Amino acid sequence: MATGDRGHAQPHGDGHSHAEGHAHGEGEEMSELSEMALRVRALESILTEKDYVDPLALDRIVQAYETKIGPHIGAGVVALAWSNPDFKARLLANANEAIGAVTEVDTLESDLVVVENTAEVHNMVVCTLCSCYPWEVLGLPPTWYKSAPYRSRAVIDPRGVLGDFGVTLPDDREIRVWDSTAYQRFIVLPERPAGTEGWTAPQLEALVTRDSMIGTGLARQPGRADDDAGGVHDAAGDDAAGARPTP
Amino acid sequence: MSAVEPGAARDSVDAVPGIPCDAEGPVFREPWEGQAFAMALTLHQRGLFTWGEWAELLGDEIRRAQAGGDPDTGETYYRHWFNTLERVVAERGVTSRETLTSYRDAWEHAAHRTPHGKPIELVAADFGDSRGTVE
Repeated sequence: MATGDRGHAQPHGDGHSHAEGHAHGEGEEMSELSEMALRVRALESILTEKDYVDPLALDRIVQAYETKIGPHIGAGVVALAWSNPDFKARLLANANEAIGAVTEVDTLESDLVVVENTAEVHNMVVCTLCSCYPWEVLGLPPTWYKSAPYRSRAVIDPRGVLGDFGVTLPDDREIRVWDSTAYQRFIVLPERPAGTEGWTAPQLEALVTRDSMIGTGLARQPGRADDDAGGVHDAAGDDAAGARPTP
Repeated sequence: MSAVEPGAARDSVDAVPGIPCDAEGPVFREPWEGQAFAMALTLHQRGLFTWGEWAELLGDEIRRAQAGGDPDTGETYYRHWFNTLERVVAERGVTSRETLTSYRDAWEHAAHRTPHGKPIELVAADFGDSRGTVE
């Protein structure tokens, strides 16, 4: 039985050009799986044999989260709330119900709560314990959301974290940080940008960023290029400042 | 007051590209991360654990990793996720640590006999003298 010593795993050429990159001195090159890939395959085999999972269904879930489920769903909801006061009222009163009525989201795992940004209050969402996140409407969390620096600093120094994301708020703006749990998760309803009167929901939706629904960003300003709107675009990347190991 | 048209958000969602993918890159950096995520989702649906229990165990796993020197920058997140999953299935009697190990070793054996580029498949012989079986 082969030993599981990862240290001996021969790294494959990163070019993946097997045509000439590898000498064939000792016969055909055999496959190598990473330690994590081995363990995941092991569990999947066991669960499949015991009829706990169906590999095809697993693939469908992965695909759905990679392509279908993402922050565009949340952005659609926000745009609708901006353009329809009746919907907004229902969204703030009972987010699960309101979102369920206008999207295909039907597997809400726990209570969703929408918190509204206003001229007085800015809301920001974190999960200090692990990474509870409204998957169904925002897709999977960005790496920085799961990182220890963000999880700890968001509560202690929200203004500093916002600064890292390029967001500066007036001094008198109250910042509320919401700590998600497995039972209650939060989505921020960002402020509707000025100068968007009369815009349709699809037009508005293009202004809603993922980070603006987590509260580490603001909605894009109309007419500005992506990167001008207070670093929102930058902050969308996984290298965002929140992930920097600042104590 | 006009009622919300059902499907309005959905339609606009379908119509507008741009927001979801900007600078985000792939949701899963490696295929195993997606598989690990999907397995947890499925087992939750099967009632093996509640999300409350999951969050507690995952938080525990992350704290333990941090104490052991893991930088916890989010890059290792799905490792913690999968460690939690292994722990849950073992603790709840779905399978055992020994079985997990024997299947892991069998998959390694399968990989090492499969030429690069060919799909790797697990067969009974991969288990050698260990006791796991597959049909």
